[in-house]
Amino acid sequence: MKEKIHLKKKDWILILVIIVVAGLSFFLHNLLGAKGANCVVVKVDGKIEGTYSLGKDQEISINGGTNKLAIKYNRASMVEADCPDQLCVKQRSISKAHESIICLPNKVVVEVESAEGSTFDAISN
Amino acid sequence: MKSKVAYFGVFTALALIFSYVETLIPINFGIPGVKLGLANLIIVVALYKMRLSEAFLLSVTRVLLSGFIFGNYFSIVYSLAGGILSLAVMALLKKSGGFSVKGVSIAGGVFHNVGQLIVAALVVETFSVTYYFPVLLIAGLVTGFVIGIVAELMLSRLTNIQF
Repeated sequence: MKEKIHLKKKDWILILVIIVVAGLSFFLHNLLGAKGANCVVVKVDGKIEGTYSLGKDQEISINGGTNKLAIKYNRASMVEADCPDQLCVKQRSISKAHESIICLPNKVVVEVESAEGSTFDAISN
Repeated sequence: MKSKVAYFGVFTALALIFSYVETLIPINFGIPGVKLGLANLIIVVALYKMRLSEAFLLSVTRVLLSGFIFGNYFSIVYSLAGGILSLAVMALLKKSGGFSVKGVSIAGGVFHNVGQLIVAALVVETFSVTYYFPVLLIAGLVTGFVIGIVAELMLSRLTNIQF
């Protein structure tokens, strides 16, 4: 027996409101998030190797030279990696809070963070 | 009416079982922390079949018990905030009329997540968690909708029972 999924008018309004609020807060956060982010954290195998400002143009050698990260015009991107798939190099550059570039073969994670520090800890997991 | 306590026990047990089943098969939506909320199915059904005060009692009992068994102190606080806010909103929508079970369930799913996010924001004392807000809204919408469909089917088959 097949039952028809029937929604009342108010249900549709509710769904619409939720989607609009979600969309709005997403865009708002994108706008505000761009300002708060100002440094990248480089982690190798889970350990923090260094924190670099996005404001200064520089090239960083990671993990003893397996990867090379470039920061230019407030954006960070992976320019070199010795892994075969080169996925991290192909990834677009990052600049907003919580965006990340990950190189799995070398266990390198580059993540943008605001200077206030990380907002997540074991509890929120 | 005599069997009210028994029914309450059955509902509590069902909600607990669903919490347990959910820990066994985490339905992965690709987003951490997003769950189907199977136990909410029982809460939605209870909302339509019990008095509001009993539904609240059921929700709190369910959260406390499943928290002690499967979770920890923090998961209880999160679930309690989510559960109470969600049930309050669902009761309001149900009372205001015009919403189907699915609509009520959607609101429940969304506000369950909103309640947890509020607690999370209070705990870490930052508003940065709000970047998760849109994700949780949509997730609540989808899971609430699914739960609503099932709850509607259940309710249509439970017509001869009223507590």
